[in-house]
Formats: sequence, structure tokens, C-alpha cells
Amino acid sequence: MKQETYPRSPLTSPLEGEVGAQRREGGKQQAISSQATPLPSPPPQGGREHAAASGDASLLHHSIESADGAIESAIGRPMRQRLTGFARTLRDNGFKIGLAETRDALVLLASPAADGPSRLKPAFRALFCATRSDWDKFDGIFDAYWLGHGMRQMRLVSGATSQVPVRRLGRAPSMQQGSLGQPDHVQRRDGGEGTTATGNARREGASRIDNLASADMRHVVDPDDIAQAHALAGRLARVMRARLVRRQQARRNGRWLDLRRTIHRSVSHGGTPVDLVWRRRKIRPLRLVVLLDASGSMNLYTAFFVRFLHGVVDAFREAEAFVFHTRLAHVSASMRDRDVTRAVDRLSLMAQGIGGGTKIGESLAAFNRWHARRVIHSRTAVMIVSDGYDTGEPELLANEMRRLRRRCRRIIWLNPLIGWRDYSPSARGMQAALPYIDLFAPAHNLESLAALEPYLARI
Amino acid sequence: MTLDRDVISDRLTAVGYIADRDIATALWLMETLQRPLLLEGEAGVGKTEVAKALAAVHDAELIRLQCYEGLDQNAALYEWNYQRQLLAIKTREGQEADAIEEHIFSERYLLERPLLAAIRRDKPPVLLIDEVDRADEEFEAFLLELLSDFQVSIPELGTIKATSIPRVVLTSNGTRELSDALRRRCLYHYIDFPDIDREARIIAIRTPGIDIALALQIARMVAAVRKEDLRKVPGVAETLDWAATLAGLGVHDLRQDPEAVHETMMCLIKTQEDRARMTREVSERLLGKVA
Repeated sequence: MKQETYPRSPLTSPLEGEVGAQRREGGKQQAISSQATPLPSPPPQGGREHAAASGDASLLHHSIESADGAIESAIGRPMRQRLTGFARTLRDNGFKIGLAETRDALVLLASPAADGPSRLKPAFRALFCATRSDWDKFDGIFDAYWLGHGMRQMRLVSGATSQVPVRRLGRAPSMQQGSLGQPDHVQRRDGGEGTTATGNARREGASRIDNLASADMRHVVDPDDIAQAHALAGRLARVMRARLVRRQQARRNGRWLDLRRTIHRSVSHGGTPVDLVWRRRKIRPLRLVVLLDASGSMNLYTAFFVRFLHGVVDAFREAEAFVFHTRLAHVSASMRDRDVTRAVDRLSLMAQGIGGGTKIGESLAAFNRWHARRVIHSRTAVMIVSDGYDTGEPELLANEMRRLRRRCRRIIWLNPLIGWRDYSPSARGMQAALPYIDLFAPAHNLESLAALEPYLARI
Repeated sequence: MTLDRDVISDRLTAVGYIADRDIATALWLMETLQRPLLLEGEAGVGKTEVAKALAAVHDAELIRLQCYEGLDQNAALYEWNYQRQLLAIKTREGQEADAIEEHIFSERYLLERPLLAAIRRDKPPVLLIDEVDRADEEFEAFLLELLSDFQVSIPELGTIKATSIPRVVLTSNGTRELSDALRRRCLYHYIDFPDIDREARIIAIRTPGIDIALALQIARMVAAVRKEDLRKVPGVAETLDWAATLAGLGVHDLRQDPEAVHETMMCLIKTQEDRARMTREVSERLLGKVA
């Protein structure tokens, strides 16, 4: 990355060095002129979209180079490059930044208010952030990039992005759920000798599988069967959607008079409203929020459900997907990728990244606190896919289930273990959650999922 | 006219809004870059107040559009005055339909709604689009168009261009995810609950005649209450209510009258469940910690 190119000492941070010097030379006149110049109007939305999506640094660079003359003269080339690098670092960390933002940042640098990092940071933050999670992450990234604080960490973050084609991978979780996404990258490396988060998850998973595996192995034998099952899961999700939508249309009956159109049409009848124009109430489609347990104990089923999840998010107009383990990650964005294998791979990677053990209660608490208000409305069914083996406190789980119950229309708990012979929901976590569940159903095979559909249609 | 950041900060204080440094920066950026500002934060942290203060700072009119589910162009942009139109049609009976139509779809029969009003003022007003997350996605898309072009087309009348570009403040409570397009169009500021010092200053400035020591105690107490596991965390407005109540009761020191403190805490607590949780013991424990 660019960091290495510029020697940095704590006293002369690049900001002070470049801009400060420039301003001292150019004096007040320059600063004023740059303020008085009309702002470059933002390029059309499409252009921004493109640059942001491709993240093409050279393209970005080029257009910054060719920005306003006044800005050009006020800010040296190295500074512009640093800024481009900063924009790229932010983008790597899931910020959605287009050309317009970078150009505005240049305008800011040239203005007299940008006097040193302490004044520039809040300005850049307001400019570059778009969501709460951006907001939380921003200070760390800014300090690391411009002031060299925590450089080791910072390099880890950007290192992670350059190694793997992870920019896309990293973006999905960090975009919505930054506080979860970013530390992940960091921890993974800090751990040192193999005690990384990923390693842990695998180990924990493996030991549990040994206990659980023998009973269910027959379901997952041959790769062809697996592929077929996955395809079926996707199709099933789409079928569910189709049925649900038809039901809604048959139900539409709320009507109001559309005065504007009625009057307009009445003109030719001398003001007598002969043609009445009606408006219909828009019915909100059912929204499905799926919380998938990706812990070690669920390992056998995870791939299968991830595929189902993708089908659901793909097919439902309104669906949100979360994966939990010891922590909760919002994964809808990465599930929207049309390329199934890529989406599923990405998600499997994420699922591995989340440490060992299952903390259903804590994950639900995180969901209730940070996401529920946004993703749940009155026509929302929450589907929790988990075996109920919780390593946290059952009381916490019960509390959070009660909260969730109040918010949403239905809670469906799919438990793959129900399909096993002689299963009874005796796990402590399961016991705690049971009173708040509307439908407790098996989900060990495709028929059991298909059996859900009529139920969902009735909600 | 572009104000310096410090000037904005000073003027905010002068109009009774105690700003943190960053919000002044955001407001200054709004001026400099001419972008709308999107404010997010818990309910009750004073998002709407920012817009009011901004209007006062610039001595501009505040035009407010409260969003709700099902908000459409009729309510947000413009509406025809149907009663007058019907009357006009009646009185002109016998004339040609085209002529009538031209007459009744003229400016005289147009009712301005907030968005149209905001772009037709001579002096740039502050346009507050409150709780934009409550409106439908379609409306959001429409808003986006208005915010980038600042012109409105009315099919019967033609295109109306903005005579002045309003300063736009949007607030969101996070009940729905806003589109990336809208987010990218806006500057962003996340407002947190004020820290104790700031809240004490807010109390002092908004509650006439209150003791600064009491204001500080109240702020500490409220900060402690916010840390409790409540369903509805009290906002700044609730704090002010409580401060006014205590001041009205003639309380000068929270310690002196724990009874009154507990009794009046219903100003802060807004649900049955929280009320049950905030028992006398809890309130006394909190009081012991802060006062």
C-alpha cells in the first residue's frame, strides 16, 4: 500500500506537512479563491457507481488529477495520491465512496478549515461515512492511515484485502455489521501460532462432529446428491415466494378515492365525477428474516442451509439473512450475489470466521439491539435455524426470545435434530426458547422444508 | 455566504443548541459542499433540534416534512385545490372544456406542500425531512431526484425550477435501511446521547433558573439511567421534562429528596415494563452512585 512510500514521523504527519506548507506559501489568497470557485458539480450517478464498483484506482486517480485547476494548484500531487490511497483503504473496508466524495475531500483539503488532522477528521467523517457502522470504524482507519496509529493493525486490514480477492468478501459483512467484520480480519492474524479464529472454529467443530456425525451421515454421501439437494433448496425457496405473492393479490381490498385523478377526469363531464378513480392499499409482502446457526454442532447442515438461505434471499423480495455462531453477522448483501457458488463460498468462509461454541442468546440480543428495528416489521416471520445447543445462559436466550416475540409476527424454529429418531428438545437452550416459538419444525431434509410452505402462506 | 465552522458553533450556542464540535463541522460542510445532511441516532437525541437550530443560525425559515408510511407526492409536493376547482368548473359551465381545464390547472389552484414550498422561497429555507425511513422506498427515490435536480415537474403545469436551493436535513431512526443512493448523496452524522457535561449545559440553558449543580446531578443521573437495561432509553427531551419538574418542585439537590426523585422519574420512564424495573431500590442505588 501507499503507507510505506512516505516516511512518517509523529511530528510531521502528512497532513501538516503537505497542506500546511502549501497554505503558508500560497497564503490567504489561494485559500479564498478555492472557496469562491463554484464547486465542481458531482458527476452523474452512473459514473460514480461505476468507479465505486470497480474500485479502479487509476480511473479514480485520473479524474482527481483533472479536477478543478484551483484545487490542483492548492494541493500537491503527493497529497492527492495519499488521498486516493485513503479513499481506497476506506473502500477496502466496506465504505461506499464514489468520485464525488473524493473530489469533495480535495476541496476540503484546500479550504482553510482543514487545518490539521483534528479539524479534518470530523469533516472527512461526515463526508465519507454513510452508515452507523462506517461511523464506528472511521476513526480507527483515519488514525491508522494519516497519523500512523496502530499501523500494524492497519496493515493487517489492508493486507487481508490484497491477499485474497476479499475486497468483495470483506465488504459484505463489514458494510452492515462493521464492528463485527473488521476485527475479524485483525484477530485472525494477531492470534499467531494457529490459534486463529478460523482455526478454533474448525477444531471445535471437528470435535463436535465426531459426537454427532455418525447418526446423520447417510444424508450427505455423494457429491452429486449434495449438489442436487442444494439446487432443490433454492427452487423450494422460489416456489414459496410465488405462492405467497398470489395469496396477497387475492386479498387486496382496501380502497380509497383518488381525488386528483377523479377531478381531472371530471372536467369533460362539467365537473360531475362520473369516472371514479380508486387507490388501493399497498400490501406489504411477507418478509422473512433467517437466522442461521453456523456453529460446529450444525456443521453437517450448514452448507445445505446456506444454499437454502441463498434461495430465500434471492427469491423473496424482502428477506434478510444473518449467520450466527458466537457472534452475529448480517449476510444479506453477500447473499444477493446471483452467482450461487460464489455467494455460498463467501458465506461459508464467513461462517468459519466466527469462532467456536454457540451463543444463541447473545446473538439474538445483538440482533434485537442492532438489527430488529430495521429489518422487522409487522409482516415479518423470523426463522431461526439451529439445533438449540447453546453454550450461553438459557435465561438470556429466553429473555431475548421474549423480546423478539413481541416484535415479529411469527417465530419459526427449524431444528435439524427433530428429524432424528427419539429426539426430544431437551437441550437447555431449546427448553428456554420453546415457549416463544410458533412453529417448531424439523429441517433435516427437503420434505421437511417443503412442509413449511403452507404454513408460511397463512401468515 | 459561507460561515466559518467556529462561527457556526458560536451561533448554535447563541440560539440555544449546545453542539458537539463534530456537528458544527458537519453543518459547515453542508454549506461548503452544498450537500444534504443525513442525521441518524436513537430517538430523543435531538436530531430534529439540529434542523431547528440551523434555521435559527441562518435566520431562515424552517420547512418541515414529516414522513410516514404511505406518504405520497400529493402530501409532500403539491396538491390541487379540489373544492375551488369544482366551484370554478360549475361557474364556468357552458364554456369549452379545454379553456376550463387550462384555467383550473393554473397556479391559483395549486396548493404548495413542503417540498414545493422549499424550492420556491426567495431566501433559502432549511428543509427538514423528518424520519425519512418511515416513508416508502418509492418516495425515497422520488426524493433523491428532487434533491439532485431541485426542480419539479407538474404534468398539468410544467417544470418548476428552484428559485433558491434549500439547506436539507434528513433524519432517520433506522426503522428501515435507506438506499445506498440516498446515503451517498448525503453527508452523514451519527448523533449520540450527549455526554454528561453537554447534557448539563443543555439543561442549564433550557430550564430557566436551574442551579448548575442540580443540572449536573440530573445529567449524571440520566446517564446512569441510560445504562440500565431499559426498553425505551430516555432522550434529551425527557431529561428536560424531568429537570423542569424537579425545578418546579423546588428541589435543589437530588440527595435531599430521594422520594421526589423516584416519584418524578416517570418523566424519564415511558413504558410499563421499564416502570416495573425502575423500583425504588434501583433509583436509590443510582442516586447513591451519582449524587
